Amino acid sequence: MARTAVPGRLGQEGAGTGLRWRVATLVERRAENATASTLVLDVAGWPGHLAGQHVDVRLTAEDGYSAQRSYSLASAPGGQYVEITVQRVADGEVSPYLVDQLAVGDPVELRGPVGGWFVWQPGGTRPVLLIGGGSGVVPLMAMIRARRETADSTPFRLLHSVRSPAEGYYAAELTSGDPGLATDFLYTRTSPDGWPRRPGRIRQEDITAFAWPPQTEPMCYVCGPTGFVETTANLLVDLGHDPDRIRTERFGPSGG
Amino acid sequence: MGVVSPGFHGRPRESSRRLPPGQYETHDFPVLSAGPTPRIDREDWEFTVTTETGDRHSWNWAELTSLPSESPTLDLHCVTKWSKFDTSWQGVSLDVLLTGVETAADFVMVSSYGGYTTNLPLEDLLDGQAWIAYGYEGDDIPPEHGGPARLLVPHLYFWKSAKWVHGMRLLTGDEPGFWESLGYHDYGDPWREQRYQGD
Repeated sequence: MARTAVPGRLGQEGAGTGLRWRVATLVERRAENATASTLVLDVAGWPGHLAGQHVDVRLTAEDGYSAQRSYSLASAPGGQYVEITVQRVADGEVSPYLVDQLAVGDPVELRGPVGGWFVWQPGGTRPVLLIGGGSGVVPLMAMIRARRETADSTPFRLLHSVRSPAEGYYAAELTSGDPGLATDFLYTRTSPDGWPRRPGRIRQEDITAFAWPPQTEPMCYVCGPTGFVETTANLLVDLGHDPDRIRTERFGPSGG
Repeated sequence: MGVVSPGFHGRPRESSRRLPPGQYETHDFPVLSAGPTPRIDREDWEFTVTTETGDRHSWNWAELTSLPSESPTLDLHCVTKWSKFDTSWQGVSLDVLLTGVETAADFVMVSSYGGYTTNLPLEDLLDGQAWIAYGYEGDDIPPEHGGPARLLVPHLYFWKSAKWVHGMRLLTGDEPGFWESLGYHDYGDPWREQRYQGD
């Protein structure tokens, strides 16, 4: 893990100012599946971001109590609005409000972008392998969108593991046929009728069947729940991928 | 006070004196790492302190675990907002490890197997504030949580508590580590909410 990462946008707003909290207004909400929605936010003075970065969201109650959580950005850099995709966590404090309650026109506070490691920028030379578990596909989607927006020709492959077809994300967009992007899905509980793969968690043969072989030296981005990322990153190392080319982002079962 | 989000009530206001600003309590133990979990054989494990003059002090696994150990119970605060209370560890205080080390350095760069680094003032590792831990909740530290051995500096955000710790360089000047060079705060005091540069 050499310290040669893409510089983050953090701290570039001038010495001493740091990352300011900004007021974001909900412009639109799109349901992705039964438990997750994409929030389209208008953020005054948004400084821009890199695909893969996240933001901190802060909610404040009338008595001044506040709660913060981090969410990956789903939108490509450079758009008019900023999008996050939030999965409702059972018993969560912040996510149920964002998914179910925040109304168009309502304000939330947000600061970022945060994180300069789990990012992809157009213009690289390595093929890119994206492996996401559940809502872990969100920052990977930002990378796919960044690639499309810039008409970048880097070969991309996305392997997305979800419990069932009903629990997919961005399904129509992911199968719309971006040139140079191959997408495949793993179902852990329920597969569509006639799906060739038996339902189950990610296995080595899933990766050998679909991923770039290690000899092509892809950049690998793995995001999802802890167990999924731990398993997948270990499988990639077992297959001969250099750990220095595997970047991970994990979220625990907590969050919320 | 921030902008009020209409209809947001939040969780019941429990006694939160142990919770730094912007944090919430979790009972899980989430994992945060920038890459795969490195594979480290205890037979080959080594921890080396290198002083600013190049003197090296090394401990292998048997040497580390034969030193006097402590069993602190600690609250952990991760910059990603979760805090976990009352975790129990076993490890060797840095006071013990640094006892025979001659140095005039003020800063430390901690390094890990796998290439991770993080920087701290030396004084934050002394006086009972930091350990090289090799036990968690009465067992070995699981690899994804930094085993076989990790640094513990619980009064700073948890990214300073380097997993898979391998060594420390004592430095006369401060240098940024891995996350510190990617926009995270140089010091990382959770009670002052020093998450990012400029906080």
